[in-house]
Amino acid sequence: MELKQLYREIVNEHNLHPVHKKSIENPDLVMRGVNPSCGDDITLSLKITDGVISDAGYEGSGCAISQASVDMMVDQIIGRSKEEAIKLAGTFMGMIKGEITDEESIEALDEAAALQDVAHMPARVKCAVLGWHTMQEMLEHPEKAQKN
Amino acid sequence: MSSITDFRRDFDIFGSGEYVYFDNAATSQRPRQVLDAVSNFYKTTNANPLRGLYDWSMDATKEYEDARKTVADFVGAVSSEEIIFTRNTTESINLVAYSYGLDNVSKGDEIVISVMEHHSNILPWQMVARKNGAKLVYLEPDDEGVISRQEYESKITDRTKIVAIGHVSNVMGITNPVKEITSYAHSKGAVVVVDGAQSAPHMKVDVTDIGCDFFAFSGHKMMAPMGIGALYGRKELLENMSPFLTGGEMIEYVTRQDATYAELPHKFEAGTVNAGDAVGLAEAIRYIEKVGFDRIEEQEKKLTALLMDGLSKMPYIKVYGSKDPTKHCGIVTFTMEGVHPHDMASVLNDDKICIRAGHHCAQPLMQFIGAGSTARASVYFYNTEEEVERFLDRLSSVREVMGYGA
Repeated sequence: MELKQLYREIVNEHNLHPVHKKSIENPDLVMRGVNPSCGDDITLSLKITDGVISDAGYEGSGCAISQASVDMMVDQIIGRSKEEAIKLAGTFMGMIKGEITDEESIEALDEAAALQDVAHMPARVKCAVLGWHTMQEMLEHPEKAQKN
Repeated sequence: MSSITDFRRDFDIFGSGEYVYFDNAATSQRPRQVLDAVSNFYKTTNANPLRGLYDWSMDATKEYEDARKTVADFVGAVSSEEIIFTRNTTESINLVAYSYGLDNVSKGDEIVISVMEHHSNILPWQMVARKNGAKLVYLEPDDEGVISRQEYESKITDRTKIVAIGHVSNVMGITNPVKEITSYAHSKGAVVVVDGAQSAPHMKVDVTDIGCDFFAFSGHKMMAPMGIGALYGRKELLENMSPFLTGGEMIEYVTRQDATYAELPHKFEAGTVNAGDAVGLAEAIRYIEKVGFDRIEEQEKKLTALLMDGLSKMPYIKVYGSKDPTKHCGIVTFTMEGVHPHDMASVLNDDKICIRAGHHCAQPLMQFIGAGSTARASVYFYNTEEEVERFLDRLSSVREVMGYGA
């Protein structure tokens, strides 16, 4: 997808009218993710119930791609098990790095699959993966995710 | 007399006219003359300079030392011995920090820099301050980017050992009063280091007139190759400083346990030198002199005025620094309401327009002006009014692309 089309059809909606950009009650895991070179700065909160992400939200600021990507991600992971969420993060990051290209894997990402063409914009890869990387890190290393 | 259009034809990269290049404060483009000079060095006289006793090496040595003389004259140094070739401004400032700073700054002393400095003129001084227990003191500008006399006179004191200041800010574009600051710093017994990375390409520099003790600059921002820069240092200071790097060709005599060092400037140029690019730098200087600083400044001011006038008609744009386009040295830093600078740069790239977005290696300044990230358009004399118009036209469409109505 051409860049301007990507903004107009996918990114802007999530950036300007995010669904999950909010704090959640009694999160179990909270982690901050930062891209120092561009100032993208998010704090992701997850509530885990019986191994399933029962609620999630994020706060922060950054470029449209970073914000839209994390909004789409939160939409995808609510209701999924920790293992499924980690697997999705691996798929997303593989897709953005251009390592995963088969349609079947990418379709699992649902709307976030639209960011596939960021793979051709090396300068924006870090923006797109910020939320996913943060989520993977806090699920795999919960000891690093400060609890409220 | 050649026109700007004629000079522009010397730059193959502009041949297709496809791209608008407005990131000149990061690095300039190079004319064919400079590329040919480097290429000719390797094609005709290449050998390791300063060593060989045969024609090629002696020719290479002559070209290298002629380049040093060209640089010395370019910045108004008294003698060629006061010019040390380095990789870039960063290495030049590090040389001063390690070889002068560490030996001359003591516990309780102060180093004065400004909050507008590029990281390359901050981190070396943080290192000296940390290692020697000194304090780093920051000069702060007003909203227009001006460091007032009162500001520097209140912060440069008898405790100040070094004042390190950018000649032109790479974000605000403002020219700092380096001559006045140097004079005041000297009255307090401090040594002055001027970061000339953003001034040397754009204005006539005379280190003797400024009076500074060190002046650092890069070749790559003034049409020379990447990887060649220079440090001017006052001879008395350089002579008493320890070498920065040690090794080949910077020695006089070496025994198993000891060594004596070569005379200036070679004491500071350890290892095989970058003669090919030094020749390129000398050619770039000749090119600048052919264009002339009067014409460079005139064209930059004309483009900056057009640029700032266009930006002022976009109510969602905020420009940083002086409102006077003649005080920007071709650098215009701005933000767009509701649009992150990285999105702006990506959308403009889609229209083949190159601008910088981010913190411009000046994070303390970003914190000071309260912007996490900004966009920067920077012009050089070879840019054109048509390019500015194309940039403004495309910029005015960015908000729509980002979802803010038509």
